[in-house]
Amino acid sequence: MPDPLTSFVALVGQRSLQAVREVGYHAALLVEAFYWLLFGRWRRQPVRLSAVFKEAVGVGVNAIPIVALASFAVGMMLAIQGIYTLRTFGAEGQVVLGISLSVTREFAPLITGIFVAGRSGSAIAARIGTMQISQEIDALRVIGINPVRYLVAPLLAAMLLTLPALTILSDLIALFGGALYCAGELSLPMGIFFDRSFEVLVADDVIHGVLKSFIFAVIITLIGTANGFNVSAGAEGVGQATTRSVVLGCIGIILADMVFTFLMSR
Amino acid sequence: MNASDLAIDVKNLVTHYGTRKILDGISFQARQGEIMVIMGGSGSGKSTLLRHLLGLHQPTSGSISLLGKDITQLSADAMYDLRKNMGVAFQGGALFNSMTVGENVELPLREHTRLDENTMRIMSRMKLEVVHLAGFENLMPSELSGGMIKRAALARAIVMDPRLLFFDEPSAGLDPVVSAELDELILILRDAMNMTIVVVTHELESAFKIADRITVLDQGRILMSDTVAAVRASDNERIQSLLNRTPRNEAINPDEYMERLTREIF
Repeated sequence: MPDPLTSFVALVGQRSLQAVREVGYHAALLVEAFYWLLFGRWRRQPVRLSAVFKEAVGVGVNAIPIVALASFAVGMMLAIQGIYTLRTFGAEGQVVLGISLSVTREFAPLITGIFVAGRSGSAIAARIGTMQISQEIDALRVIGINPVRYLVAPLLAAMLLTLPALTILSDLIALFGGALYCAGELSLPMGIFFDRSFEVLVADDVIHGVLKSFIFAVIITLIGTANGFNVSAGAEGVGQATTRSVVLGCIGIILADMVFTFLMSR
Repeated sequence: MNASDLAIDVKNLVTHYGTRKILDGISFQARQGEIMVIMGGSGSGKSTLLRHLLGLHQPTSGSISLLGKDITQLSADAMYDLRKNMGVAFQGGALFNSMTVGENVELPLREHTRLDENTMRIMSRMKLEVVHLAGFENLMPSELSGGMIKRAALARAIVMDPRLLFFDEPSAGLDPVVSAELDELILILRDAMNMTIVVVTHELESAFKIADRITVLDQGRILMSDTVAAVRASDNERIQSLLNRTPRNEAINPDEYMERLTREIF
């Protein structure tokens, strides 16, 4: 009978190996996707613009309503909490500063990232996973179509295009939500709110948020596609892959956000 | 037999799945323009052999030459060119579910040629005529019956007029009439287009009807690779039991039996 300590160490070892292998797989996928985006044309396998736009509509344009609604709610929530907190110091007027900075630097990219991860991360994993079990990925390969070029590269390009755009949209709508609440609670005209907001914001704040959204775009695409490609066990496998890609996608986004914010705010 | 007449030349192919050996020292040849049927029971390794012939896996050792090129040594670009001469119809069809039947058939043309839209449409319709699916190009794969899916997959496989055609289990899951029609179609393709056709099947009747030569696989080894008449006349016990559909009656070794039952019980 194997002693429990040995099997525990073996388990830890296997899990670590698995994790390292997975990180390596994601990295290889990223490099290959960029390779096809940049050099596909010279290898006679261009990434087609029509495919990029089709994906952009799916992951970006169709996400506008849900991202807008969430951003509006977050902006309003920040105003409510901000006024409540600042009232203790009698500094309600500073709420504009608080909302403007936290929305552009933190909340807009984070909310956008998490909603797109939930919406598209699962859809990507389900689509590629189903293609994997019905041999459609094999069919692509034998036709001479590289699956990464055909499925991952257009998606990555679409995410890199639409996520920053969605983030900027989210910036504006969250500020609008905050302004609306301040107009009611502090009788602060909306024009004045936006004037002050644009006074305190510098380009760096918005760029900080947009840079994050590029990182989130890569994380969502890679986790969704990698989990899809690794499906092997039928319908249950597809289910697991979709769950995994949403959970890992959201966690990945939050962790990356923390690291990025730490590095950039020093 | 002249080496230049060989469409397929497999030498000493050994493959593993994990640590388990699947194919052991496989060698066989197929000439230009002949129908080679790969036959064997479930678990004989015939699907694995097919996947290696398609270049979907890297073998442990041995060589696979298709149309005179060793695909285990080929560069990605050379393999890409070779794939234009290969057509594959998968067991489940592997049609792309997001595209219509017509778009599925056009896909290889779209990826490998610079033909204009109308020419591609005409060519794909011609192939759909060949497989008796004229007029179905605007349906989605989910709207087709099992036999129609196989025929549509066949149309996609031959749209580039390949010199090598692989067909995985053409009669699996079809009624006798439809599968007889598919057999007829395979014979017509060889005669009209002079294709070399590799059919993987476990259906005896269909194998004897279409084959020029048959390769019989059993437990990862080749039992024989010869003409239909020679296979019928073979006195090999395993081949006879396959032909006469008699169950395997292997003597059980009591020690091994006990070992299997008690393995990994602590």
